[in-house]
Amino acid sequence: MNTSTLAVEKKITKKTTRIKGSDAVLQCLIAEGVTTIFGYPGGAIMPIYDALYHYQDKLNHILTRHEQGAVHAAQGMARVTGKAGVCFATSGPGATNLITGIADAQIDSTPLVCITGQVPSHLLGTDAFQETDVMGISMPVTKWNYQVTRAEEIPYAIARAFYIANTGRPGPVLIDITKDAQFAEFDFTYDKCEKIRSYHPYPEALPLDLEAAANLINEAKKPYILVGQGVQLSGAENELIRFAEKTGIPMAATLMGLSGIPTSHPLYVGYLGMHGNYGPNIKTNECDVLIAIGMRFDDRVTGDLDRYAKQAKVIHIEIDPSEIDKNVKTTVAINSDAKQALLGLLPLVNVSTHKDWIDEFHQCDKIEHDKVIDAELYPDSGEIKMAEVINRISEVTNGDAIVVTDVGQHQMVANRYYKFRKSLSCITSGGLGTMGFALPAAMGAKVGQPERTVITVIGDGGFQMTIQELGTIRQSDLAVKILILNNNFLGMVRQWQQLFFEKRYSFTELDNPDFQMITRGYGIKAQKVEKRENLDQAIHDWLHSEGPALLEVVVEQEGNVFPMVPSGASVAEIRLD
Amino acid sequence: MSLELKYPTSTPREFTLSVLTEDKSGLLNQLTIIFTKRKININSLNVSNTEVKGVSRFTIVTETSKDMIDNIVKQIRKLIDVLGAFVYEEHQIFYQEIALYKVPKYAIVDGNSIEDLVSKSGARILVVETDYMIIEKTGNSRETHDLYQKLEPFGLLEFIRSGRVAISKSTRKTEAYIKELEASNSNKLSIKDF
Ligand SMILES: Cc1ncc(C[n+]2csc(CCOP(=O)(O)OP(=O)(O)O)c2C)c(N)n1
Ligand SMILES: [Mg+2]
Repeated sequence: MNTSTLAVEKKITKKTTRIKGSDAVLQCLIAEGVTTIFGYPGGAIMPIYDALYHYQDKLNHILTRHEQGAVHAAQGMARVTGKAGVCFATSGPGATNLITGIADAQIDSTPLVCITGQVPSHLLGTDAFQETDVMGISMPVTKWNYQVTRAEEIPYAIARAFYIANTGRPGPVLIDITKDAQFAEFDFTYDKCEKIRSYHPYPEALPLDLEAAANLINEAKKPYILVGQGVQLSGAENELIRFAEKTGIPMAATLMGLSGIPTSHPLYVGYLGMHGNYGPNIKTNECDVLIAIGMRFDDRVTGDLDRYAKQAKVIHIEIDPSEIDKNVKTTVAINSDAKQALLGLLPLVNVSTHKDWIDEFHQCDKIEHDKVIDAELYPDSGEIKMAEVINRISEVTNGDAIVVTDVGQHQMVANRYYKFRKSLSCITSGGLGTMGFALPAAMGAKVGQPERTVITVIGDGGFQMTIQELGTIRQSDLAVKILILNNNFLGMVRQWQQLFFEKRYSFTELDNPDFQMITRGYGIKAQKVEKRENLDQAIHDWLHSEGPALLEVVVEQEGNVFPMVPSGASVAEIRLD
Repeated sequence: MSLELKYPTSTPREFTLSVLTEDKSGLLNQLTIIFTKRKININSLNVSNTEVKGVSRFTIVTETSKDMIDNIVKQIRKLIDVLGAFVYEEHQIFYQEIALYKVPKYAIVDGNSIEDLVSKSGARILVVETDYMIIEKTGNSRETHDLYQKLEPFGLLEFIRSGRVAISKSTRKTEAYIKELEASNSNKLSIKDF
């Protein structure tokens, strides 16, 4: 192109600046309001890291110790801020190390923009050093992915990436950028993406559906609300409370829906699913109208689908049409964002109370207290139980902390017994159940909400899956409070072996290292509690210390989490012991 | 409605999917992943451009249950670059496949020559080479299979059949559909059903 045509083009198009692809990536991120990137460098992404050197005042890059740490941290940040988390990785092993976190984000609807370096475009398909088909590998676990081979495509790809990740049902996207595209110079200009003709993220609730739902609700004798993560994703917490208070309908939450309603709300009856509360599970099979809001009837919530809520008329409020009628057939489906649906329903529903019906939940709650909860929370002898530790922490923090949990018994116990008071505070790996999620996700949560207390609850097994992130916590001085509930077992698997495999503890016992020494080796304060009488003081010191701190509590080795809906059983067959 | 009564939703039967997409790379992969994830076979697949510039059409034939095809079509619509996806059963479409048969030139079975068979079957001879000829037949899979069976005794050298191409019986115009999709600021995904 000669200079005269360039000059003409410049006049008619938006103002452009001639920069390198690598700089463009960072400018796009800044334009999208990104403040923090979690990442790990390597050959194919070095031009971007080189550019980053000059942007340190505008972009905070946190160097993790493993790419899995970077992606989980980005997830943690996204979950507490509601905005796409961003991570960088190099090609090949860097990119493949992201996959677990991307799959986790996909199934838990977490917005992410993952940027990977790729071998230069002329080497694509040659099995070049650190070449992996990250497009092919990530396709089944991303909402969208795109490979950039020319610098000119960078603004388009990144603008679309943020739009797609953040809108509708959120999810992870991946942009793979060849090294030559990072080096190349081009005329940069950035426009945010506002529309894609083939993508309609916000379906509108139809008046007919809203009316049909309202009629069912107004006539119901035993209506029941199931709250999923969609309530928090759409910011519908207040609308939900208004709706429930007007109609007097009891509400239960899925694991992903926890913290969407304060645990102490009088209409909140508890937590659903395999290790959820007794009443919320059995009452699913007794209600007459089931109102599911922003949830997807995961098998850990429904148990045997053929015996799930068969007596009920089902109203499903759901933004993603592919979730409607997927697992549970609906009587009325409202295909929209939870907030919009609730705002539409509010004027149509009658003021009501359902005292007798709610009393039934309270009776169940009493049974659960007598048979399970009291003994878990207030044991007077024996080894420390996970539940009492969580209960103490819940009291001391007044339910105000962000609680990031890993996967296993401690996860179920933490989410059963922590009394959440604030939204976007229960951060866990729900759909994928990724051990190793919590420590890095807690780092991201702390970066996203620096003013709030971030507690992460991890098992002795899962801790060792991403333990190296203690290095990141130290280097970046992230004041995460780490709780290790150490039972010297892969506890959840051991529980199943005890209950369903005649106590054959096949490879679930752990000979653990000295977590105290390791943590101190990383330069982080650590303490260990083995006796009940030392617990309160230890929790106090741990929470009140400056900066990051680890508390290891040695708990009962063979404790079990109850109630439990055994897999394949009906929710009505929930076991209390 | 009557169809629903005749077949329980879980019995497998044949469906033809017609998927309109932006002309972008990687879409074939995205589509097939949806089938492989559910361990569902694709019986035939055809990709072609449409009368609208930049828009492609995938025609996919598969055998599965009504429940599963409903699930699959919703997953397909969810793909970012998919403009629309429609499911059809046999009575809702006109469709054709093309089959080519390579047979030895001078074979005669029971006094019938290949030429007789070809003219009776509504097929045609595409080329004649020194030792063999190629016969072409356009029709549905029953028809092409029928001719296959008839040609087999002649010592069929090679047989190949294309994927199905199908056109729905509705009067929908692709261009009008896409215009409506573009104009829908109201973000109604249901338009993909139109
Ligand atoms: C990456 C990964 N591997 C395996 C599992 C299967 N799994 C689920 S819970 C669990 C045990 C977790 O042990 P620990 O972290 O000590 O927690 P605990 O159950 O003892 O509280 C295992 C192995 C998993 N969820 N994730
Ligand atoms: Mg353990």
